[in-house]
Amino acid sequence: MPEQQTITLTVNGRVHTKDVATRTSLADFLRDQLHLTGTHLGCEHGVCGACTVTVDGRSARACLMLAVQADGREVVTIEGLKDPAGVWHPVQKAFFENFAIQCGFCTPGFFATAIELLGQNPDPTEAEIREYLSGNICRCSGYQAIVEAVRAAAAAMQDHQRG
Amino acid sequence: MKAPVFDYRAPRSLAEATAILRDAGPDGRVLAGGQSLMPMMNMRIVAPGVLVDINRIEELARLDADGGTLRVGALVRHVDILHSPLVKAGWPLMSEATAYVAHPAIRNRGTTCGSVAHNDPAAEHPSVLLTLGGSVVIASAEGRREVKAEDFLQGLMTTALEPGEMIVELRYPPVRPGTGWAFVEFSRRLGDFALGGAAALLTLRGGVCEEARLTLVGMGEGPVRVTAAEALLAGQRIDEGTAPELFEAAVQLARRAVDPTDDVHAGAGYRRHLAGVMARRALARALLRSGRTHHA
Repeated sequence: MPEQQTITLTVNGRVHTKDVATRTSLADFLRDQLHLTGTHLGCEHGVCGACTVTVDGRSARACLMLAVQADGREVVTIEGLKDPAGVWHPVQKAFFENFAIQCGFCTPGFFATAIELLGQNPDPTEAEIREYLSGNICRCSGYQAIVEAVRAAAAAMQDHQRG
Repeated sequence: MKAPVFDYRAPRSLAEATAILRDAGPDGRVLAGGQSLMPMMNMRIVAPGVLVDINRIEELARLDADGGTLRVGALVRHVDILHSPLVKAGWPLMSEATAYVAHPAIRNRGTTCGSVAHNDPAAEHPSVLLTLGGSVVIASAEGRREVKAEDFLQGLMTTALEPGEMIVELRYPPVRPGTGWAFVEFSRRLGDFALGGAAALLTLRGGVCEEARLTLVGMGEGPVRVTAAEALLAGQRIDEGTAPELFEAAVQLARRAVDPTDDVHAGAGYRRHLAGVMARRALARALLRSGRTHHA
């Protein structure tokens, strides 16, 4: 069945086995078949960054990946960022506290990108944050607050590590 | 928009992939990183009947050096190039250029071979391959062939790839000791497609330029090598005193070598001016870095 296929993947720690049309993007699969509508679709050609999720530990545009390509992979979306006790991820908390969310459409993509950055570089400079987030567009024009939120998240995560 | 219907195949071996491509003929298309192909399919600019996803062919993820030649397999991602100590040590022009490729999430999936296969005139990797004198290894069900960069890159999004063929590897010959390098680019937003850029190599021995390479990016139907400027610089003593005049002459030749057109992003006159600015910056930076290996 080349136009339809069964895939098994892990999303936010849960294993799913589903039939998908091979032309279905990972973004549409997450939204329509798993009902994880936190992954937002803006441009559908990789420019806006709203649909950015994490696949096997790396950020990826969910609109530029087919669901069949996620077969056997591990995907994390915004719905999987809270810890098992329901506590927000430090990046989520920092965005909330720094007013870095206005309409919220771009926010899930910013989270995925910011979390990847802080994994690689726990104490980024403002320039490094701006460079890393340059592929995510916010049309409420909230970049200043977003950069501040990432800095605050970095500080909080470092404090947490130090205990 | 959404991609049209296609027959999806995910072969596990190269032999399987080339057999599928042979049977598909002109209707077949290779999917590697998908960062250019998927947008084109979503916008329905292309509609391949058979999509051959090579992501499960592990042997294509190889990034290594063989007898001094760098080999970049078809599944090597931009992020792998960017973080590779091997590339940084031997082919720093490539590391520097890769930092300009799109944004992190795109670099995590997009491949260097895919960029060369796509041959967008504003893309970094076709110009780097051309500047470094590299080649493209192509496989089909019939066997393999190796094509030099200048023969592979044939024009606007056009290459020597025939139906039934796919790129398996890019090869970059060793860079000579004493060679300074630079890749520069200008875009309105970091990571966006370049309005223009340049790649330069200057091989100096005892202050004299043995070989120069200068390539312009985003100025025409593909990367443009400014061979007139390369010939002008070769054999010249290049130092702080002579560089301004020599580079000014190279800049004029660079502006003459391109034939940019007006588009929504920039006018032809602006682009021609930019060609010179980029050429000058690349040459100046390459000069600063030249001779290091030789003296070390």
